[in-house]
Amino acid sequence: MADNGELRHIAKRKRKNRLFHQLFFMSTCFGIVALALLLIQVLVQGAGWLDWDFLTSYASRIPSRAGILAALVGTFWLMVITAPLTFIIGVATAIYLEEYGKDTRLSRLIQTNISNLAGVPSIVYGLLGLTVFVQLLSMGRSLLAGALTMTLLVLPIIIVSSQEAIKTVPQSLRNASFALGANRWQTIVRVVLPSALPGIMTGSILSLSRAIGETAPLIVVGAVAYVAFLPSSPLDTFTVMPIQIFNWASQPQAEFQNVAAAGIIVLLIMLLSMNAFAIFLRNKYQKKQ
Amino acid sequence: METELNTQTTDFTKKKKMISSDVLIPKILALFAFISIFTTVGIVAILIFESVNFFRAVPFLDFITGTKWTPLFEPAQFGVLPLIAGTLMVTVIASIVAIPIGLGSAIYLSEYAPARVRNIVKPILEILAGIPTIVYGFFALTFVTPLLKLFIPQVEIFNALSAGIVVGIMIIPIISSMSEDAMVAVPNSLRNGAYALGATRFEVAVKIVVPAALSGIVASFVLGLSRAIGETMIVTLAAGSLPNLEFNPLKSIQTLTAYIVSVSSGDTRYGSVEYLTIYAVGITLFVMTLLMNILAGYISRKFREEY
Repeated sequence: MADNGELRHIAKRKRKNRLFHQLFFMSTCFGIVALALLLIQVLVQGAGWLDWDFLTSYASRIPSRAGILAALVGTFWLMVITAPLTFIIGVATAIYLEEYGKDTRLSRLIQTNISNLAGVPSIVYGLLGLTVFVQLLSMGRSLLAGALTMTLLVLPIIIVSSQEAIKTVPQSLRNASFALGANRWQTIVRVVLPSALPGIMTGSILSLSRAIGETAPLIVVGAVAYVAFLPSSPLDTFTVMPIQIFNWASQPQAEFQNVAAAGIIVLLIMLLSMNAFAIFLRNKYQKKQ
Repeated sequence: METELNTQTTDFTKKKKMISSDVLIPKILALFAFISIFTTVGIVAILIFESVNFFRAVPFLDFITGTKWTPLFEPAQFGVLPLIAGTLMVTVIASIVAIPIGLGSAIYLSEYAPARVRNIVKPILEILAGIPTIVYGFFALTFVTPLLKLFIPQVEIFNALSAGIVVGIMIIPIISSMSEDAMVAVPNSLRNGAYALGATRFEVAVKIVVPAALSGIVASFVLGLSRAIGETMIVTLAAGSLPNLEFNPLKSIQTLTAYIVSVSSGDTRYGSVEYLTIYAVGITLFVMTLLMNILAGYISRKFREEY
């Protein structure tokens, strides 16, 4: 008789388990559904506005004539400056922290500092760029000032991912190189880096895709939304895709929302193909190991 | 004999070169590593320096306790509380969305999901984390706000609710992936012990795994919220630009970040008091997120359970 109550209790616990299984599953689906809705919304609004003219025209006050050319080229030049700078500074810092300064007080300081920097809101980097690059170094509201600001912003990401990549290189490879008479630097250049390169590349691509999508710091640094020419030097004013999209999205006319959606499609295609390439690199590398 | 001598000298110069490269190169690399320190020093120095200039014109107490923020109108008033209230309102709404859903999906992925499902879902969450915030802002403005309007007709075009919900969606991947990492790190022996006593999957998850991973889970909440406080484009696009000390989520508000954007995209004169406000607001934002990040680090170190 007592067993009856116990069985009921067990059944209740099992029901509870099933109920929460469903709830947890639904919360997992929530993120996926939100992503799907977001993509559908953007595609439905923007697909009709996306054509060759859109890619090759400048911004305009008339929605049907507006294009993304200046922003597309601006983003491209921003990357041309930011990519090599972040790569060199980021990888150099990672090598220093992992290969030379391991467990010294200086490297622990730098390490804590980097993880704190990663938590600073991006708009604060904008204030840094505005004050140091635009005002103090009098670069003006230029492409160069924007690119340097972006470099500082994504540095923590590329440093941490390069460190992870360097950490995965087995110590035995380094020891073999030392045993053959190579010094530290030769070992790093000929053994450690080649073996860590796919991981470093993956991190670099991901950090660049972060830079391409960032808006707030560049608004503060002063990228302008109405640019009807292509930048011809690093000191020219410029615009980038997210800022152009922001500008269209904040226009009161409903048609500009569609133009913004078309811009978002271009931006997302660019980002998704970069991420896909990064994932491809990672998978290829993981299979090899 | 002579050739031998020659090879010896080249050997020596080679060795000298090798030694010098091992002396010089760490120093060059250290210079690059210092750039990140300079960045921090630069941020802190600039925020403090320009804020001090601001507080010469506006008393600190008026700034921190004032309830009116009208720096661009006459009479200019510089009370930061409306901006802080706006930021906190968006953050609270975001956490109401993101904490249960993020934790729920972390429990599902770590305790319930078969490997096959996990391999599909995790990359999708990664994509969600990689979407630029400007796209989320567009989504809030053109999808979530009209949707809310269907259910609550008095919603304004720019409102804190829509922005908060979408900021919540944005931080779900952060909370979910960090919490999941903490749960996966809980050793299986603990789970098996509970199963052997007849516990259901739910009981194992809630009574064993979550308590054991609590420090990591709470740290993920705090980091997610810190991200919500610093989020800029979603609130700029969807929450509007009316800094009122109000707690009605259906109305337009302004956050700390959105204010900085609105001043920077206008044409305020360099060096004027209005211009200096962005640094005072910036240092407020910086201190808030810094405290949150330190708290997150403290929680995950202090309360970590070692197995």
